[in-house]
Amino acid sequence: MLLIPCPYCGKRPELEFTYGGEAHLARPADPSQLDDRQWAEYLYMRTNTKGVHAERWRHARGCGRFFNALRDTTSDRFVASYRIGEPRPARAAGDPR
Amino acid sequence: MSRQRFSGFALLRRALCGHRGWRPQWRKCEPKPAYDAVIVGGGGHGLGAAYHLAKEHGLGSVAVLEKGWIGGGNTGRNTTIIRSNYLFDESAALYDHSVKLWENLSQELNYNVMFSPRGVMMLAHTVHDVQVFKRHVHANRCNGVDNEWLSPEEAKAFCPPLNIGDDMRYPVLGAALQRRGGTARHDAVAWGYARAADALGVDIIENCEVTGIRRDAQGRVEALETTRGPIGARKVGIAAAGNTSAVLNLAGVRLPLESYPLQALVSEPVKPIFPCVVMSNTIHAYISQSDKGELVIGAGTDAYTSYTQRGALHINTHTLDAICELFPTFRRLRMMRNWGGIVDVTPDRSPIIAKTPVPGLYVNCGWGTGGFKATPGSAHVFAWTIARDEPHPINAPFTIERFRDGHLIDEAAAAAVAH
Repeated sequence: MLLIPCPYCGKRPELEFTYGGEAHLARPADPSQLDDRQWAEYLYMRTNTKGVHAERWRHARGCGRFFNALRDTTSDRFVASYRIGEPRPARAAGDPR
Repeated sequence: MSRQRFSGFALLRRALCGHRGWRPQWRKCEPKPAYDAVIVGGGGHGLGAAYHLAKEHGLGSVAVLEKGWIGGGNTGRNTTIIRSNYLFDESAALYDHSVKLWENLSQELNYNVMFSPRGVMMLAHTVHDVQVFKRHVHANRCNGVDNEWLSPEEAKAFCPPLNIGDDMRYPVLGAALQRRGGTARHDAVAWGYARAADALGVDIIENCEVTGIRRDAQGRVEALETTRGPIGARKVGIAAAGNTSAVLNLAGVRLPLESYPLQALVSEPVKPIFPCVVMSNTIHAYISQSDKGELVIGAGTDAYTSYTQRGALHINTHTLDAICELFPTFRRLRMMRNWGGIVDVTPDRSPIIAKTPVPGLYVNCGWGTGGFKATPGSAHVFAWTIARDEPHPINAPFTIERFRDGHLIDEAAAAAVAH
């Protein structure tokens, strides 16, 4: 089980969290302007990163808040966590990239 | 090297000679400078595709590149369940094509894959389950796929260890049974295809990871960069399961895939007690007994994407809670091993077997939590797609473009594992 660093509460066991998938996928401002390919890109296409992955988590059984985290998907080690609205950290300490 | 044919007589003859004279079942190959077609991924789907390319499509030189050892990925990590009771016409055609090939696969490959159609029973625990499964039974019958509805008492008669009492949190309200479903020996599937492909001249190259996909001026695939040097190929088929996104990223192709850990575990071996396969989507359990006597138990996917081939313990204990309630007699069994594989999941839980936007590059992926059952059929239609540069009628609906066009094949309800 992972120990997940909530930016509000600190490290907590995985059971307190729900996963929210890839981070920084902004819903297009005006979907009616998109063609089918662009809409499919938003809805379905994912980087599925092998390496440091930016992803959403929610501390559902804790503070209840969403946040983003960087995790290395080849080791499951968390590199950083940061609040919604903050940009992805350029290069955090211990970042294996 | 000529292939040694296996038979009861050959076994007896070798036994009388102290088992001397058995030869390796396939060659250890060094990569050649170029091949007509290269398959990336030495699991059942990839090895099977290479076999069909060499056997039916007459490609002169074919290679399978495997970054580890053959059958070491999901082919060797699954719970070996075979069935075809999927809801939609497209899926029923694909999975039942596979079941029909399973039925004769040992003879086809001259290799005992231990296919055992012992029946797959899916349990219903809620009114919704009952309605969905009955809908599946009817849809399957319309497609010529056997599936029948059982009362709780009939389910218990088919699988005596099953608890159908009303002391459970989610009592068994009935079950859907596919009698032609069952299990097979997963390692033997990889080895049998490898041996048969090798005999047809296919080079199987292990410890060879693809690190780049080179394209010519027209954008067509011309070679692969690998950890064992460049290998030329005008046709490349990717069957890399959980690593498919990473491999196709080398050619700039994006896919609707996410890779999750999926875990399984086995108990200590016991005498034969479990006559079939039992699955429960609702309380999440699936279980069968191997010929060695271990109970083979499938757990769920972890919550997050990962490439680590391991997962969290609470995923396993959640499944064991359900197993203990369904089969109280197993409560004191000890679990012996657990492990994880990385499964590539599509948004509609159906696979992709198709051409990619890159000429000469083909992909077979997205099998999610249920690819083993489809191995022979998938291999057959993937080879067809690569050789003819157009899909077989069975895999024509399983394109990447269906996500753009909205023609999803939404099998989330039929997938064994709740996602």
